[in-house]
Amino acid sequence: MSCCGQPEGAGGAGGADGASGVMISMEFPIVQYDFAAAGEAAARIKQILRQLGISSDLVRRAAVAAYEAEMNLVIHAIGGSLSLVVDSGRITLTSRDEGPGIPDISLAMREGFSTASDEVREMGFGAGMGLPNMKRCSDLFNIESNMGAGTVVTIVIGVN
Amino acid sequence: MRLLEDKCKGCTNCIKRCPTEAIRVREGKAVISVERCIDCGECVRTCENHAKAVITSSLDDLMRFDYRIAVPAPTLYGQIRRAQNPDEVVWALLQLGFDSVCDVSYGADIATECIRRYVSSHPEPRPLISAACPAVVRLIQVRFPGLIPHIARVESPMYAAARVSRLEAARSLGIDDARIGVFFITPCAAKVTSAIAPVGSVQSYVDGAISIADIYGQIVSRLGANGVARPMHRGSSLGFGWARNGGELRAIGIRNSLAVDGIHNVLGVLEEADGGRLSGVDYIEALACPAGCVGGPVTVENPFVARVRMREISESLEGNTAEAIASAIGTVDELGEEFFSISGEIPPLSGLELDACLETAIMKMSELERMVEGLPGLDCGACGSPTCRSHAEDIACGRASEIDCVFKLRERMQEVAEELLRLAKKDVPSMGKREGKSLP
Ligand code: SF4
Ligand code: SF4
Repeated sequence: MSCCGQPEGAGGAGGADGASGVMISMEFPIVQYDFAAAGEAAARIKQILRQLGISSDLVRRAAVAAYEAEMNLVIHAIGGSLSLVVDSGRITLTSRDEGPGIPDISLAMREGFSTASDEVREMGFGAGMGLPNMKRCSDLFNIESNMGAGTVVTIVIGVN
Repeated sequence: MRLLEDKCKGCTNCIKRCPTEAIRVREGKAVISVERCIDCGECVRTCENHAKAVITSSLDDLMRFDYRIAVPAPTLYGQIRRAQNPDEVVWALLQLGFDSVCDVSYGADIATECIRRYVSSHPEPRPLISAACPAVVRLIQVRFPGLIPHIARVESPMYAAARVSRLEAARSLGIDDARIGVFFITPCAAKVTSAIAPVGSVQSYVDGAISIADIYGQIVSRLGANGVARPMHRGSSLGFGWARNGGELRAIGIRNSLAVDGIHNVLGVLEEADGGRLSGVDYIEALACPAGCVGGPVTVENPFVARVRMREISESLEGNTAEAIASAIGTVDELGEEFFSISGEIPPLSGLELDACLETAIMKMSELERMVEGLPGLDCGACGSPTCRSHAEDIACGRASEIDCVFKLRERMQEVAEELLRLAKKDVPSMGKREGKSLP
């Protein structure tokens, strides 16, 4: 369904579950320990969502989740990527990294739990709020992690 | 904000500094998008050709009223080097046709009290953001709509001074409010707009705004002959200090507060606040101009020199601080905080959206991203847009064409030239060297 009489399927590959098929997808590489650039991907994502005319409370939730994901990649992973997909029904953020993996996910999901190094904590990061915060911002939250192989965190925020 | 077309050389300096990317150069002249402009005055400050003008009232407008009140921003007093003290400037204003003067610093004392009460009666949300700088309020409306509930809904000192002085004049003279004209003497482009069309308020209590730059010469020419006069209200040294960065915080005395000045610095702090990363900060004083209103775009004096003078004047007022503050608190008690609060809605403004329809916006965004890939990324501004990204946005929205980019144009020319060369090398059957060959 298209509210503006635009041809369906334009602007990107087909969307899932019977949405109009109009979608946009982009990916931002994140480098470990690059604190100088940390937050840039989240800021870009926020700008994009705002330009798409997404309502400000959803933009805010997505931006907070994106920022936490980005910080997780900077602090814990050996780099990775953050991707954004938007279609007319949902905003999907996916953070992917290649390691080291989370040994106990339920522990990692507990507020205040963190494996960040003392150095990172001294910089004011790694307070253990990242994953719980991301979950709080999302309508759907999924995390998969394999030791040595990496972690994929997906969050979905419904639009409308 | 208005462009003086004959002065604009289309140099592209201003488009680079605008915090909302509101300016484009088209056909050799700058064009300002009204929806995006937040009246911060950065372009006025940047333009070496003085092609950006702030539309203000003139002294002729005073004649529409029977009783005329000047409401000078404290900044004015820091501008006039030749005046020994503020009372000489007040006298000069009376010579120019005003019947009385009410200092905005008095309005600042009132706003100080109202903000204190507002902060203690509103435990949520945090941080609260001062509404004193209208350019910042507009920036929030355009770029950070999520922060609108964080705006402390207390009107600016200008508004408080205007409302109180007109009320008192109407009472004491027994004349109708409509016959009283209140004119704000302003260092600020944004306050010209907010004086005439205030955000969140039903009615304006200011009838016009005159820029300091415009009235400066006339004031200076009327100084001297030992003429001094007292304003109907003058604020405390703390109220006076609101004109400088950090002055509002000093006056309201709230712990865990943060002051930021200069529109690009303000952007950075609001970005943090919008991301929910300013926990522990209760109140933000944010001023669009460097060093605060003393650095306003329609001032005359160098802001750092002006700041020194402001400090001297502020110190000279220290003696009357307790009295002035008591008077301001008395006024707030008498009229109530609501009298000075922003009562109406502060709506989000949609200047940055690609399209009102999400699906169309997504398609435009895809086109935008595709265009960005192809552009050189030099942000040279020759296309008339501030960055390659904004140029791509203009193309996606049908406001520009790809070959407005000189690099793209060159690529296209090269392609066409190669095609021409290929065609030029092609033999024409009736010419060329086909001797000795027979038809197939
Ligand atoms: S006043 Fe500020 S927002 Fe408006 S066009 Fe100038 S620089 Fe841009
Ligand atoms: S800092 Fe002062 S002069 Fe500058 S825009 Fe804000 S209110 Fe106006």
